[in-house]
Amino acid sequence: MSFPVVKGAAYALIQATDMLLHHGTTQTSELRKNQASEHLEKLPGHLRSFQDAVSYPPNQVYIGNLSPDDLKEIPRPWFQAPVAGASRNGKYGEIMPEDEFLGLMKIVDAFDLVVLEEEFQAGVKEKIAGHPVLKDIKDLDKLSKNPGNMEEISRLVDGHLAQPMYFQGKLVGCVKKAHEFDEALSDHVMFENLVGKASAVFALKLLLAKTNLKAEEVEYIIECSEEACGDMNQRGGGNFAKSIGEMCGCINATGSDTRSFCAGPAHALVEAAALAQAGIYKNVVVLAGGASAKLGMNSKDHVKKGLPALEDMLGAFAIHIAENDGESPIIRTDGVGRHKIGSGASPQAVMTAIVADPLDKLGYKIPDIDRYSAEMQNPEITEPAGAGDVPMANYKMIGALAVKRGELEKADLMKAVGAFGMPGFAPTQGHIPSGVPFIGHACDMIRAGKISRAMIIGKGSLFLGRLTNLFDGVSFVIEKNSGNIKEESGISKEEIRIMIGEAMREFAQRFRNES
Amino acid sequence: MDLENQARIKELAEKYGNEDLIVVLGGAEAEASGLAAETVSTGDPTFAGPLSGVSLGLKAYHIFELKEEVDAEVYDEQISMMEMVLDVDEIIKEVKTYRG
Repeated sequence: MSFPVVKGAAYALIQATDMLLHHGTTQTSELRKNQASEHLEKLPGHLRSFQDAVSYPPNQVYIGNLSPDDLKEIPRPWFQAPVAGASRNGKYGEIMPEDEFLGLMKIVDAFDLVVLEEEFQAGVKEKIAGHPVLKDIKDLDKLSKNPGNMEEISRLVDGHLAQPMYFQGKLVGCVKKAHEFDEALSDHVMFENLVGKASAVFALKLLLAKTNLKAEEVEYIIECSEEACGDMNQRGGGNFAKSIGEMCGCINATGSDTRSFCAGPAHALVEAAALAQAGIYKNVVVLAGGASAKLGMNSKDHVKKGLPALEDMLGAFAIHIAENDGESPIIRTDGVGRHKIGSGASPQAVMTAIVADPLDKLGYKIPDIDRYSAEMQNPEITEPAGAGDVPMANYKMIGALAVKRGELEKADLMKAVGAFGMPGFAPTQGHIPSGVPFIGHACDMIRAGKISRAMIIGKGSLFLGRLTNLFDGVSFVIEKNSGNIKEESGISKEEIRIMIGEAMREFAQRFRNES
Repeated sequence: MDLENQARIKELAEKYGNEDLIVVLGGAEAEASGLAAETVSTGDPTFAGPLSGVSLGLKAYHIFELKEEVDAEVYDEQISMMEMVLDVDEIIKEVKTYRG
């Protein structure tokens, strides 16, 4: 059997400043504690325009118009270095404004929970009907039906029967609760789940538009966000994946949801690789939408330090994994890294398990990997909040591990970090920055011969669920396809023929001895 | 400092007193480590957690300061890699500030 390949990747960002104000948990928690909060008073003054979000260099890298290497050359602060002539449309995806996204939330809502004000609904209908990727989306006509009026929307929101939807500070709609008293179907949960579904639908539509994959060719979808859908009897029962595929015309696909906090996408990609390599499903899509709860998570520090509220982006992605086509970069399934239950939780133990151990299996040394993509959070967001430069911390740890293993001179550590490292460019949306944002770029760089291989690393903090203090991490290497499908496998046909021959001879020998 | 950790440390300090109790930090940054040391000695400076306005008077040490106390093999296995990448002097300097 032949190694599976990464055929394509699409990335979406949605600027959601009103969601940041009204649905980000930092803000909702603050409101609960202190109605007259200074932070909540100051925060609106720190929101940025859609154009500022589009021209923000890290966002341009995320949608593929700039490379991570280009970003290295742009001096910080990046929010003061707008990309001239930046477009919302990118090589791998798109940046969407909030009003269109609210329209998309209504389109993907299968239970009439989203109510949009009539004039607003008509306006976004026109925009989505003219959108190059979404104009043919299933159920677009929902935006021509059942508009709400302001009186009804205000009554639902004021009566705590619905979560508000704002655009540019104005109430324009709401998401109603889906059950009278079931907390798993509350307006709050339904809002977050519809945000996750709508943003993932956008990413999948982008993947279908920007690559050769046809909707009907998709056989399996793995959704790997950090949300949970279900009712009070099966909270988190699923299934986001099929609900997303349904919206995109993937009529031949089934699917399921995979979870492991921020490490979810890496787990899902390994599963997809296995399914494609085994031939169970030819075309698998791994995808995830964004999290409204995390918008403005560090905004208190951003406001205090006079920065724009940079965490105003919902992130989403969709990655196509398929059987070997002889061209696309392969996933080395013979050397998958995993943080084992018995691995230990120190950073050293974690890095050994997810970086060094799989490379030993593949016969590579740490410096043999051209690029590492671990937690690609934008440092401009995390540093003001005291969390440091997360990708850089990972690169230093990988470098230090190489020194400890005698694969690198200590004096060359920072040089190596500069060579295999990249600046973080992804929004702090948990699972979104976790290794996967680089896959699109990695495939292009491998195809162009700029690099030979990259390691994608997903790391997750399982303590957040309060069931275990264990850490989590999964990694895999993607590398250049030799073009020879038969060679790209752990074991060749010839080897199998020899093995069968030997077994037959042994059997015959034993048979002779016994008779 | 994490609000739950604040609650746990408060509970331990109330149970055992501050004479025979120290806090061992493993923070990766000077500022964050200093903040944690300050929280367990004079109280939560961010006024967000259970140690807001509570002065436990606990002494905090970063694990880098306790290298001599730890079995060399264990230290090498668990800490030496991070020792190579973090600003050890800066972290120790910051944490020391709060021990008076």
